[in-house]
Amino acid sequence: MDKFGYTISKGRQINYEANSKHVADYILDREPSFRLCIECGCCSATCTTGNFTKFSLREIQILLKRGENDQVRESITKCMLCGKCTLVCPRGVNTRNVIILAREAFRKRIQNAV
Amino acid sequence: METAGQLSKFGYNVSLVEKEKTTGGHLNKWYKLFPDRRDSTEVKAYLERITSDKGIKILTGTTIEKLAGTKNGLSVYTDGGEELNADAVVVATGFDLFKSSRKEEYGYGIYDNVITSADLEEMFRKGRISMLNGRSPKTVGLVHCVGSRDEKVGNLYCSKLCCVTAVKQAIEIRENLPESKVFCFYMDMRMGGAYYEELYREAQEEWGVNFIRGKVSEASESINDKLIIKVEDTLTGRPLKMELDMLVLMAGMEISKSGEKIAEASGLKTGDNRFFSPADPHYGSNRSNIQGVFYAGTCTMPMNITETISHARAAVSDVIDFLNNNKKLDG
Repeated sequence: MDKFGYTISKGRQINYEANSKHVADYILDREPSFRLCIECGCCSATCTTGNFTKFSLREIQILLKRGENDQVRESITKCMLCGKCTLVCPRGVNTRNVIILAREAFRKRIQNAV
Repeated sequence: METAGQLSKFGYNVSLVEKEKTTGGHLNKWYKLFPDRRDSTEVKAYLERITSDKGIKILTGTTIEKLAGTKNGLSVYTDGGEELNADAVVVATGFDLFKSSRKEEYGYGIYDNVITSADLEEMFRKGRISMLNGRSPKTVGLVHCVGSRDEKVGNLYCSKLCCVTAVKQAIEIRENLPESKVFCFYMDMRMGGAYYEELYREAQEEWGVNFIRGKVSEASESINDKLIIKVEDTLTGRPLKMELDMLVLMAGMEISKSGEKIAEASGLKTGDNRFFSPADPHYGSNRSNIQGVFYAGTCTMPMNITETISHARAAVSDVIDFLNNNKKLDG
C-alpha cells in the first residue's frame, strides 16, 4: 500500500482528571517542600545537566504535579544529584530529594505510575 | 468616613453624604480581610466610631449629582434637588466591582456554579460554601484578573487586590472544606503588600492550594453539571483541560458609576483608566483640578483598606491647608 506520510497527531492537551498524580503524591507525602515551588527556574539555571541537555528540573516538577509521568520517567535519570538546585531555591524546596523520591516512586511501580 | 472623622477631630463641621442606606460601602459585603483574615466588622466598627461625632452630619440614601464652584466656596447638588454649601469637598465615591457577566466566556449568570469573589464572601459569612444543588464542591477553580489587565473589557490596569483575595479565599475554602481541591489560575502572582507573599506561601505549604499559570480562556458546562475549563498551563507549555464543581471569578475594580457621573457633570478630570485623575500623581494624589475639591481612596485607583484609610487621612492635611491658607495649592 502506498504511504503518503500522513499520521494522526496525538493530542497535546493535558487531561488533568485522567492523569495519575501518584508520583507527585508520593513525593508530597515525604517531602512537603515540593508544594512550595513557584516555577522561578532558578534550579534549572544552575543545573549542570540542564546546561548540556534538555533536562529541566523546573519542568519536571510541574509535569509531575500534572501527572504527566511518562515525560519524566526517563529524564530524571539524567540528574547527577549534585544538589546545586537545592542551594539556590528561593522557596527552600529540597529539589534534590524530589528527584530521589520521584525515582523511588517509579522504581516501586506504585499504582498507575508505571 | 476616615476623612470625615479626622476633620471632625480638628473641629470642622462635616457632612458625610452616602448614596446607600448605610455607610461602609464594600466593607459591608466582605467577611474577612487579607492578609490576617481579620473580621471586617472590626474595621467597620472603627469607622463608625470615628464618624459618630456630633460634628458630623450623615446623609444616607442621598446621591450627589454634581458639584460646582460658587462665589463663596463650593456647592454640591443632590438627586433630591438639594444644594449643600461647603468650603471644601472631598470626593470619596470609591469603586464598583467589575460586572463579571461581561466576560461571557466564563459563564457568570449562565452556568449554575460560576460565582464571583463577592458571592463567595457571602457564602463565607453564612458559613456554608455550596453549589446550586446544595452540595459542597469538591474541586474549586479561582480565576484571577477578571476585568483587570484585559483590553477586551477596556481595563488595561491591574486591580492589585484580586491576587491576594484569591489566595485568602483559596485558604478559606480549604478551611471550610478540608476534602476539597483548590486551583488558582493566574497570569502573574502580584503579592506586593505586607505579608501577602507569606500568605501565598502559607496557601501552598499548609493548605495545598494549587497554582496554575495561565488565564482561563473559557468555561463550559458538561452534561453531568461539571464545569469544564480550558487553560494553557504556560509553565508546561501545554493546553490543559480540567473539570471543576465551582468556578470563582476574581472581579476587578472599576471607578464607581456614581463617581463617573459626578466627574462628567462637574468637570473633574479622569484618566485613561477612567478613575479620577489627581492633580499630581506623586505629591498631589489627594488634590483635583478644581480648587477646594479633594480625593480620598479608591475613586483615584485600586487600593486596599489600609491604603484607603491612609489616603483618606492624607486628604485631611490638604483640606486643612487649603482652608487655613485658602490659596491655590500648586506644589
